[in-house]
Amino acid sequence: MTDMGLPASIEAIRRVREDPHRLGHMTHGHESALEGIGHGATGPAGKRIIVGYGFWIFLLSDIVMFSCFFAAFAVQRNATAGGPTMAEIVDLPRVALETAALLLSSYTCMLSFAATNARNLFWTQIFLLVTGLFGLAFVLLEAQEFIELAGRGITPDRSGMLTSFFGLVGLHGLHVTLGGMWLATMMAQVQVKGFRPEIVHRLICFNLFWHALDIVWIGIFTIVYLIGGGA
Amino acid sequence: MSNLEYDPHAYTAEVNGREDHAPGDEPEESAGHWVRNANFGLGFSIVLTVAAFFLAGSNVIYAPAVPVALIVLAIAQMGVHLVFFLHITTGPDNTNNVLALAFGVLVVFLVVIGSVWIMENLYHNMMPMDQMMDMHP
Repeated sequence: MTDMGLPASIEAIRRVREDPHRLGHMTHGHESALEGIGHGATGPAGKRIIVGYGFWIFLLSDIVMFSCFFAAFAVQRNATAGGPTMAEIVDLPRVALETAALLLSSYTCMLSFAATNARNLFWTQIFLLVTGLFGLAFVLLEAQEFIELAGRGITPDRSGMLTSFFGLVGLHGLHVTLGGMWLATMMAQVQVKGFRPEIVHRLICFNLFWHALDIVWIGIFTIVYLIGGGA
Repeated sequence: MSNLEYDPHAYTAEVNGREDHAPGDEPEESAGHWVRNANFGLGFSIVLTVAAFFLAGSNVIYAPAVPVALIVLAIAQMGVHLVFFLHITTGPDNTNNVLALAFGVLVVFLVVIGSVWIMENLYHNMMPMDQMMDMHP
């Protein structure tokens, strides 16, 4: 009999004690999760958690609002009233470009938050700027699309389908535009005020908002452009 | 003085690894952890997006199944975003986030599927236009 088994089992016990739910992020300290975590029994949470959670609730309500616009489009997708169908107004290469711009902006947004966590002002600003430029590219592509459609006489008042199309896509574009203004504000605040706690909280909320916009866009390019466009 | 007024995190702006966490936020980690998550998220998203655009423009699979495949790809990509970009996990520190998300998803499905279902029924039960014209001579 060898003594090989014992150290291995001790190692296993240690791992279970330090990270009982295999979250993978408890390995730095030697503390286990608080008793009663996830059951509302750990007392009032820190402000950073309350702010982030509250914003998460807002985002979910925002997504519920988007779902109403999705429902309107799904119901009216064939209500063309003799006007153009979705297949005639979808320009897939541009949709692919818009998708790439928004996905990359989501990626650089997360890199900016990595820099924020490392309290690195330079890279936070650089990645926020890149995020904003990708977002701007997205908004410009969408504006170009709407202007081209309007030039062909395809406006929201033409048919029920077009009303719901411009409503849904336009609402998302409006969100991205407002998010871009928020981003510019955050860049100024980070520059002037530094990584004060409330600034970091706002950056957390901005990150959540930007990622949520990309999640909504996944639904739009799938349901409106790919499926609606006749796939 | 309420308990909320005393908030040690307000001064350190750091999260305690032993508490609940908000989405997109985690206890102190190296930047590499965040960048690795971002890379995973971007990689999976690119694969799923390219697959969706490819399927939409080709006929490699049975045509009536394409919308279903696209919806599956979209839901998969939303899951990738939730896990890698928003850091939603199944751990006990994320219970609140997951419950809120579950309620949001429930409402979204009620609104979308309910609307489509009701309106399809109305459409099928609606009298054809020529018959309706005959009723009001």
